[in-house]
Amino acid sequence: MKEKLKSSLSGLRKAVLITVILLFLCGLGYPMLLTAIAQVAFPHQANGSLIHIDGQAVGSKLIGQDFKEDYFMKCRPSAVNYNTYSEEQLENGVYGGVASGSNNYAPSNPDLVARVEADIEAFLVENPHLSANDIPTDLMTASGSGLDPHITPESAKIQLTKLVETTGLSMELLEEIVENNTENKLFGIFGENRVNVLGVNIDIAKHMGLIGAQE
Amino acid sequence: MFQIIVTLMIYMLLVIPMGIYLYHVATNKHTFADPVFDRVDRFIYRLGGIDPQKGMGWKKYVMSLIVMNAVMVFIGYLILRIQALPIFNPNGIGAMEPTLSFNTIISFITNTNLQHYSGESGLSYLSQMMVIIFLMFTSAASGYAACVAFVRGLAGKEKDMGNFYVDLVRIITRILLPLSIIVGLFLVWQGVPQNLNANVTVNTIEGNMQDIAMGPIAALESIKHLGTNGGGFLGANSATPLENPTILSNIAELYSMMILPGACVIMFGNMVRNRKKQEKDNTKPKRCLFGSEGRTVFAAMGIMFLIGVFVCYFAEKAGNPALGQAGLSQSMGSMEGKEVRFGIGQSALFTTTTTSFTTGTVNNMHDTLTPIGGMIPLLHMMLNLVFGGKGVGLMNMIMYVILTVFICGLMIGRTPEYLGKKIEGKEMKLTALCIIIHPLLILSFTALAVGTQAGMEGITNPGFHGLSQVLYEYASSAANNGSGFEGLADNTYFWNITTGLAMFFGRYLSIIIQMAIAGSLMKKRFVNETIGTLRTDTKTFTIALVLIVYIFAALTFFPVLSLGPVAEHLTLWN
Repeated sequence: MKEKLKSSLSGLRKAVLITVILLFLCGLGYPMLLTAIAQVAFPHQANGSLIHIDGQAVGSKLIGQDFKEDYFMKCRPSAVNYNTYSEEQLENGVYGGVASGSNNYAPSNPDLVARVEADIEAFLVENPHLSANDIPTDLMTASGSGLDPHITPESAKIQLTKLVETTGLSMELLEEIVENNTENKLFGIFGENRVNVLGVNIDIAKHMGLIGAQE
Repeated sequence: MFQIIVTLMIYMLLVIPMGIYLYHVATNKHTFADPVFDRVDRFIYRLGGIDPQKGMGWKKYVMSLIVMNAVMVFIGYLILRIQALPIFNPNGIGAMEPTLSFNTIISFITNTNLQHYSGESGLSYLSQMMVIIFLMFTSAASGYAACVAFVRGLAGKEKDMGNFYVDLVRIITRILLPLSIIVGLFLVWQGVPQNLNANVTVNTIEGNMQDIAMGPIAALESIKHLGTNGGGFLGANSATPLENPTILSNIAELYSMMILPGACVIMFGNMVRNRKKQEKDNTKPKRCLFGSEGRTVFAAMGIMFLIGVFVCYFAEKAGNPALGQAGLSQSMGSMEGKEVRFGIGQSALFTTTTTSFTTGTVNNMHDTLTPIGGMIPLLHMMLNLVFGGKGVGLMNMIMYVILTVFICGLMIGRTPEYLGKKIEGKEMKLTALCIIIHPLLILSFTALAVGTQAGMEGITNPGFHGLSQVLYEYASSAANNGSGFEGLADNTYFWNITTGLAMFFGRYLSIIIQMAIAGSLMKKRFVNETIGTLRTDTKTFTIALVLIVYIFAALTFFPVLSLGPVAEHLTLWN
C-alpha cells in the first residue's frame, strides 16, 4: 500500500515538473524567441505591415477598409465594418471593439438574399450605367474574415466608369492605378488575381492631391 | 482545380522524408540533429527526474498521459481565471467566465480547439502564450506519443510501450519546436504579425479610425497547424489576413497541418515492416518509403480525401442558386464567407484538409458553405480517420482495419489476423466499443440539443441548416476538430458544458480503448503467415477498407445528414 502511494506520488511529481518545464519552454521561451528573431529580421511585417503617410499610419496593407466617399473604390461588404469607425460611433457604442468574422448566413438563409438584394440596389443607384448581371459575385458577398483587403480585377474594373466622374482622373490613369495594385496568381497557378483596394484608394487620393507622399 | 492537384503533388514530395524522420525519432534511431537535441533532452529528463530507459506497460502509459493532462488543465484554468492581471495584457482583457474557461481548457487539452470566445476580446497575450500555445504543443505531442506507443504495441517488437515522458519530450523538442520556429518565421515574412504591442488604432484617409489587432500571432499560427490544433488567435481564424495574409502563407499552413498526420502513417508502415523483414531474412532492413501495410492505409485515406476535395470544390463552384435568383451572377462560385485571395479552389482544399486532418482552422466560414460543400467537412469529422490529427487519426483508422479484417475474414471463412497477430473476441469487443463511441456522442448530444430550449436557442440559421449547425458543433467536438458553423450562438452554459463533455469523452475514451487493444495484441504470439492468411497489403484490401468505412458512416449518419445538408440542398436547388 505504502509502496503504491509512493509510486503514484512520484508519478505526480514527474507530471508537475515536466508540465512546468514545458510551460516555460513552449509557452514563454518559444514565442519570445520568435518575437525577437521576427522583430530583427522582418520588422515591417512583424508589426502589422502598416502603411505610413506623412509619418501617420493610415492602415495596413493586409486589411481592407470601409470606404464611404464616392471618389474611392469600394471593398466587399463586411460583417464587422473592417473595424473602421467614426468618433461618434465609438461614443455611442455602435463600434464595440476590434473583431473579425462574417454574418454566418447559410446559403438558404433569407437574410442573406435580403442583404445582397439591398446591396445590389444601392450599387446600381451609384452606378446607373450597369445592370445587376454585370456585378461580379465577390463584390456583393461578404468575406469570411470581414477584413478582406482585396476584390477581383473584374470588380475593380466595373467601378472605374463612376470613379472617372467622381475623381476627375482619366480612365487611363485609373486603369494604371488598378494595374499597379493588382497581384496575380503565384506562378500563374496558385491563388487568384486580386486588387488591393486600400492601395488603389491611396493612389487616387494622392493624384487628387488629398494626401502627401507615402513614406 | 489544377492548383489543388499541384498543391497535393508537392505535398507527397514533402511527406515522405518527414515520415522517415518521424520514424527515426519514434524508434530512437540516429538523426542528423542528435548532437543538439540529445543534450536538450537529457537536461529536461534530469530536471524532471525521468529515467529514459524505463519502459511502461499500456496502463502505466495511459495513466501518465492522463495525469499529466490533468496537471496541465489545472494550471491552464488558473491562468485563464487570472488573465486580467497586467502581465502581457496591453489590451486590458478581463478574466474569463468559469464555464467558458472550462470549455476552453478542455477544448485545448483535448487538441480540439473549439472556441466559444473570440481571441481579440477574450484572451490576454499571457493566456494566448502560456495557455493556448503551450497546450497546442503538449496536446499534440500527447496524441503523437499515444500513437507511437500504439504502433509499438502493434509492431510488437519490444517488451513495453516505451516511456510516455520521453516520447512527449522528444516529439516536442525534435519535431514540433524546430518546425514551429521555421514555419513561424516564414509566416512573419509573409506578413503575419509577431509582437507584444497593444492593438493599433490608425486614422484612415477618409478621416475615420480603424483598429488593427496585434500580438504574438505568428508563434500561435505555426504550432496551430503543425499540431493540428486549429484554434485561431483572432475570431475569424485563418480567414483573417493577419493570420493568413497570402497564398504562400495559405499553402504553408496547409502543408503544416498535413505533414505530420501523413508522416505518422509512413512511420507506422516502417515500424511494422521492420519486424517482418527482419524475421524473414535476418538482415538489416533497407530504407523504404512506405512499407506495404502503411501503403494500404495511406492509399485508403488518400482515396477518401480526394473524393471529399472534389465534391466540396464542385459544390462550391456551382454557386448559390438563391443568390442567382436575386440577380447576382454565380459564375465565380459561392463567394459568401470566402476570401478573394483564396477563391474557391484554395478554400475548398483548406476546408477538406482542416476537417480530414482534424485541425479545425478555417480560411473561409464553414457556416456559409453550400449544403453539399458543407456536408463534406461534416462527414470527414464523422469519419474522423481520413488521416486525422496528431496520430489519433491513424489509431482510428486501425480500428476500421481490424474491423475490415474481421468482416472479410468471416466472409471467406478465415481466422482474422492483422500484422501477424490473431484478432480475437476481446479485441473485437473493444474495437466495436471504440467505433461506436464517436457516433453515440455526436447523435445523442445533437438529440439533446434539439430537444431542449437551451440548445435550440443557439441556432441562428432557419430551416434545415439549423440542424446542420448543431450536428456540426458536436461532430467537431467529438472528433476533436474544433472548427465550427460559427453562426451558432454557443457561448452559453448549455453549449459550453455539453461540448466540453463531448470533447473530453471523444478524446480520452478512444485513447484508453485503443491503447488497451494495442496492449492486448502486443502480448500475443506471432502466427506464421500461411496461404490461408488474408493479406492486408493488397489493393483489394484497400478498396474493401474504404467501402467498409463508407458503409458504416452511411449506416450511422445517413438519416441525420438527410435531414440536414441533403434536405437543404434539395430545397435550395428546387
